[in-house]
Amino acid sequence: MTKGNGKAADARPIIRIKGLRTQFGSAVIHDDLDLEVRQGEVMGIVGGSGTGKSVLLRTIIGLNRPTAGSIEVFGQNLAALKARERALYERRWGVLFQDGALFSSLTVAQNIEAPLKEHLHLPQHLLDEIAALKISMVGLPPDAGAKYPSELSGGMRKRAGLARSLALDPELLFLDEPTAGLDPIGAAAFDQLIQRLQRTLGLTVFMVTHDLDSLFAICDRIAVLAEKRVIVVGSMEEMLRQTHPWIREYFHGPRSRAAHGASDAGGKGAEKGGAPGAG
Amino acid sequence: MQAGWLKTSERDGGLLLQAGGAWDVGSAAKLDAELRGLQARDRAPLTVDLADVERLDTAGAWLIHRTLRDMRQAGMTAETRAVKPDFRVMLEQVAANDQPCEVEPPRVNALIACVNRVGEGTVEVLDEARQVLGFFGLIMQTWGRTLLRPSRLRGTPLVYHMEQVGVNALPIVGLISFLIGVVLAYQGAVQLQRFGAEIFVVNLIGVAVLREIGILLTAIVVAGRSGSAFAAQLGSMVVHEEVDAMRTLGLDPVEVLVLPRVLALVIMLPILAFWADLMGLLGGGIMAWLVLDISPGLYIDRLRDAVGIWSFWVGIIKAPVFGFLIAMVGCLEGMRVSGSAESVGQQTTKAVVTSIFLVIVVDALFSIFFSIVGV
Repeated sequence: MTKGNGKAADARPIIRIKGLRTQFGSAVIHDDLDLEVRQGEVMGIVGGSGTGKSVLLRTIIGLNRPTAGSIEVFGQNLAALKARERALYERRWGVLFQDGALFSSLTVAQNIEAPLKEHLHLPQHLLDEIAALKISMVGLPPDAGAKYPSELSGGMRKRAGLARSLALDPELLFLDEPTAGLDPIGAAAFDQLIQRLQRTLGLTVFMVTHDLDSLFAICDRIAVLAEKRVIVVGSMEEMLRQTHPWIREYFHGPRSRAAHGASDAGGKGAEKGGAPGAG
Repeated sequence: MQAGWLKTSERDGGLLLQAGGAWDVGSAAKLDAELRGLQARDRAPLTVDLADVERLDTAGAWLIHRTLRDMRQAGMTAETRAVKPDFRVMLEQVAANDQPCEVEPPRVNALIACVNRVGEGTVEVLDEARQVLGFFGLIMQTWGRTLLRPSRLRGTPLVYHMEQVGVNALPIVGLISFLIGVVLAYQGAVQLQRFGAEIFVVNLIGVAVLREIGILLTAIVVAGRSGSAFAAQLGSMVVHEEVDAMRTLGLDPVEVLVLPRVLALVIMLPILAFWADLMGLLGGGIMAWLVLDISPGLYIDRLRDAVGIWSFWVGIIKAPVFGFLIAMVGCLEGMRVSGSAESVGQQTTKAVVTSIFLVIVVDALFSIFFSIVGV
């Protein structure tokens, strides 16, 4: 079990994408896209609207079929496996969709228990205990467990969705715009929550985001999607040195400067990946 | 990696618990049972040795934490030994989040729940009736305003909806009526042949199709087809705040959205009913010809004798009323969508059920009325 700050450059890749091509009808979304995500890092995916960030996430987790190319997760080309074998690997990742994607007919606690019930035969008391533990770990109050998703606010739904994606203790976590639609305080709290969980649980995080604060605060590396492929991968410092016009615009725009200033002033420790107890 | 395992042994008057392997969610069921058995059996100072644990996730950490916690609460000493630093972080994290929570909302007494539902249902029905009545008034008011200033009537959407609800429904309405005509003729023939009164099949088809079946069937098909479409269209517009946007721009949603739909159905349903009558008579005629050898010439002659013009009008008069009901209920349920995608589905279902119910109730009222006036 690696800790979150084991960010050595030679860590083995947990996701390896080679020559990916995704196509819907005649519209080509990705062409010859390569990307590696290393074990234990937080990888942020950025790109303009319509560059296929979410499509990339959905393709990796198998919701879209790639037209060409290979995607290896945990060192396995999952598309080549039979459904039963693939399910064993799919258990090892968790996915948080944009609005939590909670099952509306189940309470929050039952939502968290659903994947556990599906994959394992645990006694009910242990299911309830694990659900309570996850609810507390994502920072929800105890009375949230018996509530239905429609009774929760957007931020709480995201936390509940995160709790469900962590139900099976995954090694790899996919987040689709985790802070979209949250107010700045809620977004910052969610960033810290992800960082804290990533460190204590030793997660690898693959995060599609538009939130510059998230990028500055918690991402170890950033991949920029443009021109149908990943044009640059690197740390925030490397991004700031890039000369590609879109990247310059993105990371040197007025909003980015504000976010950068804030992270310099407040979150130096967090950015350098020092103390695991931060947050 | 080996699955999680557990060994217990006596040591210095206490209990030593050696844990090893993968203490993860996959082994949790087995470990949970063993740990519970242990708690029931022994009450002695406990040491948990984690030296051989290769993997620890939150489920495994929870089991260790729970065992220690329960022992301590029972007044025993309990401690861990040889914990790797990573695992210590995990155990601390789990201990910090030991917070019981409810899984389901509290259950209510079945009798109270039953009474509750009856009460809620009653209030809901009354409220619904009030809203239908209110919406009827709103449509009438808007219609009156439009009559005074006909230029405000939106021509393009009216024609568009007439095509959608009328022209596009011709195939399905025609097919269903034709088949019902066939069925009616065949079933009627089988019964009437026993009395040697086959020829009265023509009366049966004529009266049944023209007075009731043609229009009722059309109304039910249109309620399922267009009533639901109206509710879904307006509902998704409410969800996307289009209706609110309209109001802020000074547009009246009833005038822009509801009136064209209502008018389209009021105009098109009589035409559809007429078409259904034709197809029903055609289906019955073909079946009468095939099964009973009633030639088309004879069929038309008999038909002219059997049904008067009022049989036709009785059916057609009802059509605009049914069309109005279906469109009104469809639009009302669409406007009542509360903002979630789920509610669009619920209201659409409700629109269909309510409009079919109202159509049949009003049809019964019409029957009573017609029998009183004697047509």
